[in-house]
Formats: sequence, structure tokens, C-alpha cells
Amino acid sequence: MPTLIPKSATESAEPAQRSPWLDARIRFVRNRAALASLLILVCIVFACVLGPLLLPYSYEDTDWNQMGIAPTLTGWHLFGTDELGRDLLVRTLVGGRISLTVGLLATLVSVSLGVAWGAVAGFVGGRVDALMMRIVDILYAIPYLLIAIMMVTILGRDFYLVVLTISAFSWMDMARVVRGQTLSIRSKEYVEAARAIGVPTWRIIFSHVVPNLLGIVVIYTSITVPGVILTESVLSFLGLGVQEPMTSWGVLIHDGANVMASSPWMIWFPGAALTITLYCANFIGDGMRDALDPKER
Amino acid sequence: MTTPSPQAPVLQVKDLQVQFATNDGPVFAVNGVSFDLARGQTLGIVGESGSGKSQTALAMMGLLARQGQASGQVLYQGQNLLTLAPDALNTLRGAHIAMVFQDPMTALNPYLTVERQMTEVLQWHKGLDRKAARQRALAMLDAVKIPDAAGRISRYPHEFSGGMRQRVMLAMSLLCEPEILLADEPTTALDVTVQAQILALLRELQRDLGTAVVLITHDLGVVAGVCDQVLVMYGGRVMEQGSVEHIFARAAHPYTRGLLQAIPRMDGEASSLRAIPGTPPLMAQLPSGCPFVPRCALADAQCSQEVPVLQAIAASQAADEPFVAHRACHRTEAQVLHHEVLEAGHG
Amino acid sequence: MADTTPLLSVRDLQVHFPVRAASAWPWEGARPLKAVDAVSFDLYAGQTLGVVGESGCGKSTLARALLHLHPATGGSIVWRGQEMRRATPAQWLAVRKDIQMVFQDPLASLNPRMTVAQIIGEPLRIHYPELDAPAVMARVRSMMDRVGLTAQQINRYPHEFSGGQCQRIGIARALILSPKLVVCDEPVSALDVSIQAQIVNLLQDLQRELGLALIFIAHDLAVVRHISQRVMVMYLGRSVEIAERKALYQHPRHPYTQALLSAIPLLDPVAERNKVAQLLPGDLPSPLNPPSGCVFRTRCPQAQDACSATVPTLQTDARGHAVACLRA
Repeated sequence: MPTLIPKSATESAEPAQRSPWLDARIRFVRNRAALASLLILVCIVFACVLGPLLLPYSYEDTDWNQMGIAPTLTGWHLFGTDELGRDLLVRTLVGGRISLTVGLLATLVSVSLGVAWGAVAGFVGGRVDALMMRIVDILYAIPYLLIAIMMVTILGRDFYLVVLTISAFSWMDMARVVRGQTLSIRSKEYVEAARAIGVPTWRIIFSHVVPNLLGIVVIYTSITVPGVILTESVLSFLGLGVQEPMTSWGVLIHDGANVMASSPWMIWFPGAALTITLYCANFIGDGMRDALDPKER
Repeated sequence: MTTPSPQAPVLQVKDLQVQFATNDGPVFAVNGVSFDLARGQTLGIVGESGSGKSQTALAMMGLLARQGQASGQVLYQGQNLLTLAPDALNTLRGAHIAMVFQDPMTALNPYLTVERQMTEVLQWHKGLDRKAARQRALAMLDAVKIPDAAGRISRYPHEFSGGMRQRVMLAMSLLCEPEILLADEPTTALDVTVQAQILALLRELQRDLGTAVVLITHDLGVVAGVCDQVLVMYGGRVMEQGSVEHIFARAAHPYTRGLLQAIPRMDGEASSLRAIPGTPPLMAQLPSGCPFVPRCALADAQCSQEVPVLQAIAASQAADEPFVAHRACHRTEAQVLHHEVLEAGHG
Repeated sequence: MADTTPLLSVRDLQVHFPVRAASAWPWEGARPLKAVDAVSFDLYAGQTLGVVGESGCGKSTLARALLHLHPATGGSIVWRGQEMRRATPAQWLAVRKDIQMVFQDPLASLNPRMTVAQIIGEPLRIHYPELDAPAVMARVRSMMDRVGLTAQQINRYPHEFSGGQCQRIGIARALILSPKLVVCDEPVSALDVSIQAQIVNLLQDLQRELGLALIFIAHDLAVVRHISQRVMVMYLGRSVEIAERKALYQHPRHPYTQALLSAIPLLDPVAERNKVAQLLPGDLPSPLNPPSGCVFRTRCPQAQDACSATVPTLQTDARGHAVACLRA
């Protein structure tokens, strides 16, 4: 065991210097599943962004010579083509762009809305809190698919509309969780200490409440992302998502399902892409939850 | 004060060690605790955080966490509790050796009435039927001075106040009239007036039932009131051990003396408190040598390298001393006292 | 006492919380929980007033009411001649420079996501925004030095410190604005015994050095005896006795004080075992439903019929020893 050198009268061992975030990062990196998932996800993102630029086809190009063929190296149709001769690899990557972008945007919107809603409800408390949370409860009760169908029927199939529809039904979990955490933070002694110093309320929210919320917000964001991507895929599968010729994994899976018997690769590849992405997002979410768990401290 | 009975001790602990396996290597929570406890006696184990006092008690009862490993001997009726089979240990626990914890709310099941919890103990250990068990339980609640025991026995723990709950815990632990009672900080969470009641009760029950008590606490005042023998622990080791008179009047270890001077007293002049500099050690980062070195004014190179061994204090081996006092320090008693005189001169 | 006017003068302070029983209908009024019901005392500059009482006596609520963290519902708080109970938030903000607080749980009172420098410097940034960053850091450093923390810890986070060190940070934060009064709410209860003495000594040294008035709230009467000049005993939200330290500890007049003092364990085995402690029967009554007349009468060894009819008020004798008891 290490020998301790006696220090000055009031100090003993020098504790290691670690900010709470650094601590969390170290714990995250130790979680091999989470780290591997992060790397895989980064690769997928890179592939979706850069891949189509490297391939000779665009997602609309029709290869008249090779329509509906299985994966092959001739002509670089690594994932094969669909019945219209469009290269599946390019379409999968482009579809990935759409799925991931929708996922990211919808997550951003729903996280912002959820955090703002929950923080205000938790901090203000009283009747305002009760009202805001009843609204959340009501929204939980509404079947989102029906609303999605209604909105798409009335307003048409716009990319941003899809984002909006998905966000509208993904923010409630975050709001509830943030509200709970805000309530707990509000009664902590360091918030009381801040009030005793004379820190104005807005500053208490920014300097004391929000930084201590970030942990749980990050965790729930990483849980929201796979949910949102899946919702987009479901909507696209049902024909309520993005318009042709734009494609997404959901659309590709829908198309692939139609020809599953004769051309199984049409569903394997986009299906695999979606599944792998969802798994990775889930593992990362788990890893973040473990890393940021306050009990670990 | 109870003189030690000439009979064999009811509990003998020899060189108890407790070790925990952690990600950062083994942590030695307790190193070499030894004592004998006779019938009707009270041993106080005193220490601050990281001293290992709670782990000592948990090890004795076989309640260590899974990563904990206890070695040494805890002899009760000739059997070593540390190596006993779980079934045999279960028969002993509750019936012959009982434990009382700091927070009665965590030790009492909030979903069962007090009656259920108490009769359960009697039915399991003594084989009594419901009616007889209820009678015994009522008698015990009366003994711990719970008013209107008959009415209250069918209530739930949360309907009692803190002091009452602690009495219920005492009552439950003494139902089977155990020979040994381990009390882990039983009054720390209580107000001082309630503490006085509980300690008075403990003394009375001990007198009536002849139970030997191991009392774990950080409060030297409590020790002065109820203990016959005292063990002072620091950093997992015993620093000093002896009769309660010895510890309070003739303590010979720098830590014990430091503690006594750091505590404000109700009697005597309210002069400046002599604080012990530094902080209690982290169990995972114990230094080699004596754990008290970083805070000891008398420490030298030998102290940092060699762990001091518990040695008997010559003066305490006189015929009228009930217990032979021991201390673990490289300095002599004369040096310790001399240093204090010097300090008093400067301070 | 250099000053003849008290720094802080509290009279019949009340802090009642409206509490609705869980089974009540929504339109039923709430009953008041009388956490603090009648507390009166004077505090002079540079003095320490110890406040003792057991759990449920309202001393923590009193501390928070003095800093306007809970609004007081009755009575008066006069700070340097200004009535503060109904003061506006702006008026309180000005006064906050002068009245600060040290909390009970050292680690919980520090924001885990702020560094020591940020925690100690926050009061400066709020009240003296004109100070630039280097000036703030210089003051933070000098305050850390004064409370016994080393400068190299300035960018560490609270969880890296021990309990005693966290409490030093809390004290540094409370003192950086050079307040005139620091309310200490059980500042050493959560600390190890050997560390308690360090913090108590630190508070005493700082008091002498800076001429602070302290209100030291604790349940440990021995510590209070050590640090206070005057001591106030509270029971169920009321002050039952206030006196100079010596007078209170040697000649307590209120039956509760007498019982409290006799219950404290002495550090002398012989004396402690021969002591005849007065054991109070019964339990603390509920602050929702306090007994009529004197709230202590249900447990008082000297209670009479008159005690249930009249509420005793604090009567001060010639030497400044105040007692609220019909029998004293």
C-alpha cells in the first residue's frame, strides 16, 4: 500500500482531480458495448453522408441493364438493384441520411420542448405544474398514429411535417423526467444556499438547475433517438412518411417487404441497417445512463 | 460497575480481520480486533468514519456484504461463528446473538405490524404458538416501557416515533433473551433526551437479563455512561483498549487523548478545543505503518514503516484493574503525556 | 458589548405553514403547522447566540425565516433598525450582503457541478458585478487561505473533498461578502468528532478576527456551551429560556432546560453513572395540534392546572435571564 507523506496541518491525501463530466466519460469508455456501438454508429453516419458521393450512381439512376438483380460486383451493385434498376446500396445510404436526419431533427425538437416544458412545470410548481402535467397526460392518451394519418391527409407529405408529427409525440417522456428532476433539484440545499446568497431566480435556473439536469437530459435523449428513428420508419412503412423519390429506411423496408419472396436482399439490407442503428443507439443510451448515474459517485 | 465474572467469557474474538475485494484491489477494513466479553458486561467500540467499527459487528454476525471476507475467530460457546454453516448461524442469530441497528426504520418491515414481526421471531426460534408469542411480546413491550403496549402492538412501525421504534427494536432483539446483543449506533439518530431514556433502559434490561452488549458508537459520552470495557479503533486497527476508567482518566494513545481533548465538555472550563488536524483516512487508501501517522504530532519514520502492535500497559496489570489495557503505539506512555504537557504550555 | 442597540431584534416570530390533511376535501381550509410560534431574542454585534432544541423544535425553520428563505407569517424581525418581515425582495437583496448562512450537510449545500472557485466566488459576482475576474479570484484565494484550504484545490469539485473541507468551503462562501451575521444551521452535526473541533475553532477564530455575530444552531449542548455567549432553548417552536451561557448551564430555570441538561452524557464514567437524569416521559406533541396553554405541560414534571390555561411568555429578570414558565 502506498506510503502517505504527511502534508500541512489541515490536509491529508491529495484527491485525484476529476470533473463530474470527465468521470462520466471514463466510465462510458470502459463500457465496451457502448464504445463499440458508438464507433459503429459513427461509421454508419459517415457512410451515409459520404458514401453516395463515392458511388457512381445516384439514388434515382436507373441501370437499364441490371434491373432487379441480386448483390453483385459487376457495376458495383453491392446491395443489388430494385425492380426499377435503382442501386440499393446508394438508396440505403441516402435513405439512411433521411432516417438519421429526421431522427436528429425530431429529437432536437422534442428534447427542447420536453426540457422547457418539464423545467418550467417543475420549477414553478403549484397549479401551473398541475395544468402542464395534465396536458401531458392527455397527450399520452391520444393514439399518435391516428393523428399522424390525419395530419398527413390534410397537410400532405412534407419532410418537415414528418419531423413535426414525430416530435409532437416524443417529447412527453422527457418532460416528465425533467420535471421530476427539477423538483428534486429545487429542494436541494445548494439551491437554498443560492437563494440565501441572493442569486436571482433566472440565474438559479441557469447556473444551478440546468447543469444538474443535463445528466438526465443526455440519458433520455439517447433513449429518444432510437424511438424517433423507429417511428419514422413505421410512418414510412405505412406510406405516411417522405415522398417518392426521396427514400428512407422505412420506405425501403416497405418496398422490400413486397418482393420479399423473390428478392430477399431488398429487405435484408435496409432492415439490417435500421436494426444495427437501433441496437447501437440503445447500447449507447445504456452506456450513458451507467456513466452518468449519480449513484456511481 | 460490573466486575468481570470468573466464568468463561461468553464471547471471544481473536484477531478478527475483514477484507473487501474491490475493483482497485483489496481493502482491509478491519485488522486484528481481539477482545473477551463476559456475561452482563458492555464493551464499547469507539471510532470515527473509516475506523472499521461497523464492519467488526457485521462480521461477527455474518452480515458482511458479498465482497467481504472475514478471518480470525469469533468464538461463541466454543464455535467459531465465522466458519459456521449458514443454517447453524441462523439458529444462533436472533436467539442467542441479536443485533440492533442505527435506523430502526430500515430494520423494521414497514408492511408488517409490530405484533407480526415480534411473534415471528418467537415462533421461529422458540416454537411458541401465536397466543403465547403475543403474550411474551406484550411483556417485552412493557419491559421497554412502551405505554399502552396492548393497543400499540397491532400498529405499523411508521406509527411510532423514533424513540419508540428504537424501543421496539430493543424489545424484538431481546425477545429470545440472547446472551449477546450487538448495538450499532443505537442512539445516534435520536435526540439527547430520548437517548438518555434508551440508555437507561438498556442498562436496566442488561441488569435483569444478564445480556452481554457490544455497543458501537462514535459518542464518548455514551461510552462513559454504559460501557465497562472500551476499544478505540482508527483506520481499521485497535489503537487502545481497556477499562472505561482507564480510557477516560489514563488514556495513553495520542489518538484517544486527542479525541478526549477535541470534545467539548459540559463540566470544566470552556477553553479552546484542541482539534486533531487532518481528516480520517479513506479505507481504500490506508498508509503503511500506523494509520494515525498523518495526524499524529509524535509520528516519526518508524511509525510510517512499522505497524505498531497492541501491547499491554504495565500499570494496568495491577490486581485491582478489571481489564488489562493495551495500546498500539511506538511512543512510550511517558512520551505521549510529556508531549501533551508541552502542548498545554504553548496553547 | 460595544453597541447598546441590538444588531438583530426578533419579537414573537411566527412561521406557520398551511397544511391540508390528505383526506380533506379541496375546499376545506388548511390547518396551520406552527413550526415557529413565538421566538424572541436580541443579538448584538460580535456576539454568538446559541440556539438549542431537539428535533421538531423549529430551529431550522427559524434559521430560514431569518434569511427570508421561508417567509415569516407573524411577529417582527428588526435588522439594524429596519423592520424586515415585510420587506420587499429588493430590500432583502441589500440585506443579504450582511446576513449569510452555513448549512448542515456540507456536501449537499454545494452545487456538484461547480468548482470551488465558482462556488465561493458566486456571492461576489451577484453583489459586486463590477469586479473583474482576476479581482474575484484574488478574493476567493485569500478567503480559501483563511479557512484553511490550499490554493491548488481551487478548481476541484465538491465530491473530491471530505466533509470537513466541504464545510470550510461553505464557510468561505458565507464569509466572502464580509457579512455582519452568519447563521449556522447545525454546521458540525454531520462531521466526525475530530473534525467538529476543527470547524468550531475555525468559526471562533473567524468571529474574533472579523467581529462577526453568529447564531449557532445545534442539538449538541456541549458544543453550544463552548461557542456561545448567550443561549436560547426552543421547544415546539417557542423560545422557552434565554440566558447568558453560564447562567443557563449552571442555573437553568425552565423545566425543559433542566431535563435537557441532565440528559447530556458526561465524559466521566463515575460522574455519569452516579448522575440522576431527569427522564422526560411521553413524546413530542405534534406541531399541528400543540397542547393548550404551555406547550411543554404534557411532559413537564412541574405542571399544574394553571399551565393548561395560560400561555407563558418570556419574562426577563434583572440579569437578562428570560424564562417562559409560570412556575419558574
